[in-house]
Amino acid sequence: MTDYIKLTALGLITLLAAIAANHARDLAYMVHAVIIMVVAAGLFLWVLRRTDEPRAAMPQNEYLDGVVRYGVIATAFWGVTGFLVGVVIAFQLAFPALNFEWAQGYANFGRLRPLHTSAVIFAFGGNALICTSFYVVQRTSAARLWGGNLAWFVFWGYNLFIVLAATGYLLGATQSKEYAEPEWYIDIWLTIVWLAYLAVYLGTIIKRREPHIYVANWFYLSFIVTVAMLHVMNNLSIPVSVFGSKSVQVFSGVQDAMVQWWYGHNAVGFFLTAGFLGMMYYFVPKQAERPVYSYKLSIIHFWALIFLYIWAGPHHLHYTALPEWAATLGMVFSIMLWMPSWGGMINGLMTLSGAWDRLRTDPVLRMMVVAIGFYGMSTFEGPVMSIKAVNSLSHYTDWTIGHVHSGALGWNGMITFGALYFLVPRLWNRDRLYSLAMVSWHFWLATIGIVLYASAMWVSGIMEGLMWREVDANGFLVNAFADTVSAKWPMNIVRGLGGMLYLAGSIIMCVNLWKTVTSAPGRAPAPAAIPAE
Amino acid sequence: MQTYSLLREFADSWMLLALTLVFVGVIFWAYRPGSRSAHDAAAASIFRNDTRPKAAPTETEPR
Repeated sequence: MTDYIKLTALGLITLLAAIAANHARDLAYMVHAVIIMVVAAGLFLWVLRRTDEPRAAMPQNEYLDGVVRYGVIATAFWGVTGFLVGVVIAFQLAFPALNFEWAQGYANFGRLRPLHTSAVIFAFGGNALICTSFYVVQRTSAARLWGGNLAWFVFWGYNLFIVLAATGYLLGATQSKEYAEPEWYIDIWLTIVWLAYLAVYLGTIIKRREPHIYVANWFYLSFIVTVAMLHVMNNLSIPVSVFGSKSVQVFSGVQDAMVQWWYGHNAVGFFLTAGFLGMMYYFVPKQAERPVYSYKLSIIHFWALIFLYIWAGPHHLHYTALPEWAATLGMVFSIMLWMPSWGGMINGLMTLSGAWDRLRTDPVLRMMVVAIGFYGMSTFEGPVMSIKAVNSLSHYTDWTIGHVHSGALGWNGMITFGALYFLVPRLWNRDRLYSLAMVSWHFWLATIGIVLYASAMWVSGIMEGLMWREVDANGFLVNAFADTVSAKWPMNIVRGLGGMLYLAGSIIMCVNLWKTVTSAPGRAPAPAAIPAE
Repeated sequence: MQTYSLLREFADSWMLLALTLVFVGVIFWAYRPGSRSAHDAAAASIFRNDTRPKAAPTETEPR
């Protein structure tokens, strides 16, 4: 019966998408309508072939790991794609000739930049969060994912969102909100997918067979709930036409700016921090084979982070039309955030106490530890930069970009790589990784790449800040903007080289993981007897 | 009184107090006497049920 409902719905969606493509007011909308039409028609055929066929029952005594496997593949694919686009735009900044004339309007810096940020944050990071959260919540709840195939809907729905967003950027559909560029219909689709994600996650926790909800699940859950709230609030907009991609924001002026950076900073706080801390609290103890250093500290880490992060957004709007008190509030909360962040870092690092020697032999653990180190470093740098006096030097310069990348490449990237190295042998039932030497190569390429990137951006950013504020004896500005652009040319090249090293490391990882699946020795079948707890 | 002023005054006083108390309460709750064994059990939960879900209570054999 449900198949008939599905067929009706998919048929209607195909028809409506075809009508929408016909009436489309702009190219991006038309391409999206065609994509939706093709996807819905394909799903229609797929459901049709399975209708009235006998269906295998869902084995409740097994974990649903197929969707995690797909998520791992998507994470690796989008990671390499996002890093590649990052390297391209880094060199476009250094060599403007790379904004080719024939690709103007599609592949110039302005179009590719949101493609890069969304590919690494939402495609690479988002898929990593979804697949690791599905893996972790099943193991820590000792229960199969709730909702049958709803988890598959979340995976495919989320990746459809990414494809729509990415094609939209290249074709010029953007609402110009940083990290929230997708237009209104893509936002609505993401809301549906995200609520399904929340349902799967909560459902699994509710039917858990463990008495306690492990702390990693708290972090993942806060990430899911908060992102839902932020996403809806920041994307309140009214479409100009149902047949066009353009929409107009409900908020305007400084309110819009405040909502945008309340969203923007909490995207960092809950997407890139809380969610990835969920990864840290599961994968670091598992890889070190020791429980987390202090469970009490992890509880305090969680609540302090949740209570403080949500207020830090105004530090993006120092010295603007935003009221002074709001900027000060954001600054104070940003500085207070230092404490829970470092508490969490200490908790992660001290999990290794008594097992530090393993850093010599286990490059995967080394990767995770360096990730925690970068978490500590960027959560120290962030509060410093949120201080108004420092911000007057650092804002609008490359320092901000360096800060973001030491957090994103160092913390999010490295902990994700560690999780992927942990997951692949287990998910594909392999005895071990194909090559630990390749993991070491990845580790060093990535680390040196980040160091080159971050140090180049520090030098470049502080230089820009100092040049912009330099005045002569009569009070006139000494440097034009173009002077800073030419002065930071060497740093731009170093930044691009750092990105290339990081990209090379991730390609080595993909080869290693591929070989692990195809040619590492299989795992011996688990002993039949399960020991009592 | 304007809605903004009303909400602003509420946020500055009672809501601030309530949230602070919740936060302090959570910390004390984490350190309550007898929490150690519960926390140790929770911290070790990641080392159980690695390959398959725990059987439903009705299916388990009596120990």
